[in-house]
Amino acid sequence: MTNSAADPVLSVADLRVTFGERTEAVRGMSLSVARGETHCIVGESGCGKSVTSLAVMNLLPRGAARSAGHIRFHGRDLMGLSEREMARLRGDKIAMIFQEPMTSLNPAYTIGSQMAEVFERHRRAGRRAAMDRAAELLARVGVTAPGMRLGQYPHQLSGGLRQRVMIAMALMCDPELLIADEPTTALDVTVQAQILRLLQKLQQELGLALLLITHDLGVVARMAQRVSVMYAGQVVESGPAAAVFAAPTHPYTRGLLACIPVPGTVRRDEPLGSIPGMVPRIAPGFIGCGFRDRCGSAMPECAGAVPLRDAGGGHTHLCRLLPDATRAPGA
Amino acid sequence: MFVSTAARTGWRLPPVRHLATLLGALIVGVAVVVALLAPYVVPHDPFLQDLNQRLIPPMWMDGSQPEHLLGTDQLGRDYLSRLIYGTRISMLIGVMTVVMSGLIGITLGILGGFYGGRMDDLVMFLITCRLAIPLILVALTVVALVGSSLTVVSLTLGLLLWDRFAVVARTTTMQVRTLDYIAAAKAAGASRLHILLREVLPNIVVHLIVVATLEMALAILLEAALSFLGLGVPPPLPSWGLMIAEAKDYMFFSPWVIMIPGIALFVLVMGINLLGDGLRDLLGADLKR
Repeated sequence: MTNSAADPVLSVADLRVTFGERTEAVRGMSLSVARGETHCIVGESGCGKSVTSLAVMNLLPRGAARSAGHIRFHGRDLMGLSEREMARLRGDKIAMIFQEPMTSLNPAYTIGSQMAEVFERHRRAGRRAAMDRAAELLARVGVTAPGMRLGQYPHQLSGGLRQRVMIAMALMCDPELLIADEPTTALDVTVQAQILRLLQKLQQELGLALLLITHDLGVVARMAQRVSVMYAGQVVESGPAAAVFAAPTHPYTRGLLACIPVPGTVRRDEPLGSIPGMVPRIAPGFIGCGFRDRCGSAMPECAGAVPLRDAGGGHTHLCRLLPDATRAPGA
Repeated sequence: MFVSTAARTGWRLPPVRHLATLLGALIVGVAVVVALLAPYVVPHDPFLQDLNQRLIPPMWMDGSQPEHLLGTDQLGRDYLSRLIYGTRISMLIGVMTVVMSGLIGITLGILGGFYGGRMDDLVMFLITCRLAIPLILVALTVVALVGSSLTVVSLTLGLLLWDRFAVVARTTTMQVRTLDYIAAAKAAGASRLHILLREVLPNIVVHLIVVATLEMALAILLEAALSFLGLGVPPPLPSWGLMIAEAKDYMFFSPWVIMIPGIALFVLVMGINLLGDGLRDLLGADLKR
């Protein structure tokens, strides 16, 4: 199979995740990530971004149900795979990094044994070969003295170092898709920058398809080629990162961008932008725009079906407003 | 001298507690060695009766004989030798019970704690049922049906004493199962069995070790109680409980026959408990790092 840009590594269409009768966490999410591309899913807590990543991995908690048009990995639909086939992909061709490096490593084992285990499982490799591979990857993610680190336990490592270990562990089997769920949120700012730089470097060198989940628009601006802004379980705006930042078309995206202090344009005596209200709880069968209660441009017709608008160049948004209309200043 | 040793190794534990743990470890260690080496360390055959040498007092009393350090029992058997063989029985029962009940209890507890839902309901129901079973009555029934032997006692205790293992394994598994490294293991393609045995178990084992010591002490006491009631190890096997039972008719004139196995039982059970408490403190401190 070829890896041209037209053939995305991951393609998700119309993904829905429900938690029982009362909550629909993801409502018709679609996205695609190509080889060598970083696709950021950005949104506030509870908007369904992490649930989306878990749904792709089929690791949703008990009580959650997913349905989708398709979830294709290299053209192969993951929806039809058995748990055993799915387990074979996880950690091998699809790897995942979690938010909390402090708790993502098992305290009972050394770094080396945890890293080696993944390799042994998927590659049927011996311990020695797996350890060599682990040492090589630790060096690659910028861990000094990898030989010594292999014998250490997680509690002996700092947060930044542990996240590097998690990244190295994710790369053990040469994955094609890396899903990183808020990989820098729990780290302090200087370490965040280092980890992001590392991810970017690795992605370019290895040609990874990177699905990066974050709530931080700064991370998006720095990393993403494509961005999907999620709100209340839906992608409300999606497109090339440059286009979305230059000309946000959905009121929610505009609101988010207005919350960021920019040196030079924000004055000390003026309050920063904020979006009033809270994310509504969405039950299955919810109709209309989920943002209408908080939106400055809301109209009675926002309670009806919302059209998907195209601003050109793959830049789409979900709003009754036309792209040009939302560009008017003020919310 | 002592001060310099302490300073060098840097012990910071309260000395009393530390000594208690060491004492417990020493008692258990001696009991294990004696149990393993019983046939080589006994001065006499513990089953050899000599009716001319009945109820000889131990060495610190008048009328003692140098070849019987702890005297003899009502059938003239060497009491020290019987006590040493009794250690063997107690330790055997203790270890067998802990292994068997540990396997049952930990398996149930981990399954219930990890999967929750219906599985957990089932496990909780089994635990509740087990707690409602009167141990002595069950043992009585079993002995009435199949007769008493060492195997029967071990099986009965092993199949009944798993409740605390199950409760502790269940609650600790619940604490562990939501942690990120379990999710990370799933995301790395680990199988369910792998997650239960290699991710969950090593992280709860510290708590289970403490339960194991408590259960071992309990099993030893219960075996003694069952043997005292005639429901345990059959004579002439020298169980401490049985020794106490056999000695009770002579306790007014020869009190040592009941005191010696009683003290042995007390010391061993206390030693195991001291060790368990010490381990809990030591390992607990270790976990907080």
